[in-house]
Amino acid sequence: MIRAAETDGMGIPRVEVGEWIETGFNWARSNLGEAFTLMRNGLETLTEDWLETLLTWPDALVLSVIFALIAWLVRDWKLAVLTLVLMVSIIAMDQWDNAMATLALVLVATGVALVIAIPVGVLAAKSDRVSGAVRPIMDLMQTMPALVWLVPVVTLFSIGVPAGVVATLIFCLPPGVRFTELGIRGVDREVVEAGHAFGSTPGQILFRIQLPLAVKTIMAGVNQVIMLALSMAVIAGFVGAGGLGGEVARAIGSLDIALGFEAGLSVVVLAIYLDRVTAAVGDGSGVLTKLLRRSKPAPEQAQPKEQAEQQATAARDI
Amino acid sequence: MSVSENNHVNAVSVQNVYKAFGRRPESIVKKLKEGATREELKSQGMAAVIDASFEVPQGEIFVVMGLSGSGKSTLIRTLNGIQPATSGTVEIFGQDITKVNSRRLRSIRREKIAMVFQHFALMPHRTVGQNAAYSLEVRGMNRSDREKKATEALNLVGLRGYGGQRPDQLSGGMRQRVGLARALAAETDLMLMDEAFSALDPLIRKEMQDQLLELQQDLGKTIVFITHDLNEAMRLGSRIAMMRDGKIVQIGTTEQILNDPANDYVAQFIQDVDRTRVLTAGEIQEPPVALLGSEQGPRAAHRLMRENQTSSLCVVNQSRVLQGVVYEHDIAEGVAAGKETLSGLIKPMPATHEDTYLAELMTAASEHAAGLAVIDESGKLLGVIPRVTLLNAMADPTPTSSVQTIYQEVAQ
Repeated sequence: MIRAAETDGMGIPRVEVGEWIETGFNWARSNLGEAFTLMRNGLETLTEDWLETLLTWPDALVLSVIFALIAWLVRDWKLAVLTLVLMVSIIAMDQWDNAMATLALVLVATGVALVIAIPVGVLAAKSDRVSGAVRPIMDLMQTMPALVWLVPVVTLFSIGVPAGVVATLIFCLPPGVRFTELGIRGVDREVVEAGHAFGSTPGQILFRIQLPLAVKTIMAGVNQVIMLALSMAVIAGFVGAGGLGGEVARAIGSLDIALGFEAGLSVVVLAIYLDRVTAAVGDGSGVLTKLLRRSKPAPEQAQPKEQAEQQATAARDI
Repeated sequence: MSVSENNHVNAVSVQNVYKAFGRRPESIVKKLKEGATREELKSQGMAAVIDASFEVPQGEIFVVMGLSGSGKSTLIRTLNGIQPATSGTVEIFGQDITKVNSRRLRSIRREKIAMVFQHFALMPHRTVGQNAAYSLEVRGMNRSDREKKATEALNLVGLRGYGGQRPDQLSGGMRQRVGLARALAAETDLMLMDEAFSALDPLIRKEMQDQLLELQQDLGKTIVFITHDLNEAMRLGSRIAMMRDGKIVQIGTTEQILNDPANDYVAQFIQDVDRTRVLTAGEIQEPPVALLGSEQGPRAAHRLMRENQTSSLCVVNQSRVLQGVVYEHDIAEGVAAGKETLSGLIKPMPATHEDTYLAELMTAASEHAAGLAVIDESGKLLGVIPRVTLLNAMADPTPTSSVQTIYQEVAQ
């Protein structure tokens, strides 16, 4: 039923947007319930049964060393040392298991987000129409206050980790799409033209030219996705996602300053680690890249530039 | 199709090609055909190429010359369909690429057309060798074969041993050599070069032009070359198409354009051309008025000079190989002294080859009254360049007011 809005709207009728949306969610719950249950179970298995179990299975110190090793591979020994210090500080605050639960949630959310975001970003880069359609949806996902998503997510997935993952997913997906689109659109037009000129198929253009050249920008997007996922993972603690977010929620409920800060600082530590590692993967400056490059067939002996210029001149003169 | 049949087909044949950009390119082209001008249609879009038609026989370097915005880069892109023509036909070795599907177009690009780009368009994430091998990789050639071919192409452009480097480790000139190697490795008969040397500094540019001319001579490729530099156009081009505001205003050889510009625009353009660095000896040479056999004597020479009203004669042997020149006063002395042969009377004559630029002939011409001879590799005489011819060739055909002709009858 339409009635006049209570403000001075000069007779503009009250539009029940909220009610419509609620009806929409209710409809989805009653009609697509099985699909949501399926997703719920899938996410639960993936996050809690697999990743969380995997992350909490080795001794905390052993895993810390493994994290440090990863840091060394993608960047250098300095980051490795920093990582070790950071991880030990989490252990010292007795937040290790919570931190691993949060990490599992962040990794799953990020993984799912990228599986969706990169193809959508590629499509948006190829077609202005897709780009135009996707942009407002991204805006909606990103700027809608994060807590607002929690309620409908809980109605669809009920309290627990899957709800946390989905809420996190909604929030962290947009930069993945945006950066992918930006990266692919930013590839030098002439290079793409060269690909076409030599008869590449669209797939060859995408996988051999556009994606490899956009990888830096896409990795910056991945970095953003992870950071947003981490910040949202804490909020997801309010819908029973557990982990550090759960601790924060508990601390707020019981006005426990000490617990709140310990959980909060652990989040900061995780954030620093994830940020540095993904950033390092992005610029490919690490030991790993060097090792990979070295393992390729050794480049032929290259002469200094001047000598080659001379050679070029000589070749011409013959 | 047999090889001989193949040779009759033009490498490129472009008929009435239009290319417009905008929301409705077809309607822009329709209006252009009805006589609307480019300016009038500006609000609807951009008419980049207007009614272009030309043919490029196999083995020719065809240069499209024009300033930026003249549509030349768009025109070259219609040749491989990167920018498909809005209207008109583009035939590549007889195959109309405006009417084929995208799969067929890709295979034509792979097998028939290679391209070199202004800013090199190398793939920074690949090594020089992988860049050079790109076209072969797209074709699905196996790794070892394509590496071998890429290395050959790199050697051809003087980049031996650079296969393992990354493009960003190379200088501009070397990067464009990689671009050239990538195009050569494709082993296509047609090469499109879009301002390929424009981003290089002048010395490297000249070196690359020389190299291109040499490669073209060795490999016999058909090349469509785009440039905004008339000197470059004239150095490279067998024929040149001059473009302005989307239209081709003149197509001709260097000489035709220099001596007979189609309109004021072209005339204005060629004003600044240094003719002595564009025209070659072969282009201005004349047949010799008369030839003196080296076995003949001074009397015969004297008679020949009188008959032809000339003061010098080129001396050749029986197989037309140039021996030197004889001058009237030497012959007169020889006749007076009763000499039977030319021995001692023949003087040296400066000789050059057909492809020498006029600038290099000046010094020799100023020192020898008889002018210059043009010979082939075996020394056979092809023609002569008297001093007057040389001066004439350098002159701008457009009349000028700074020289007056004075003629005054002397009163009796």
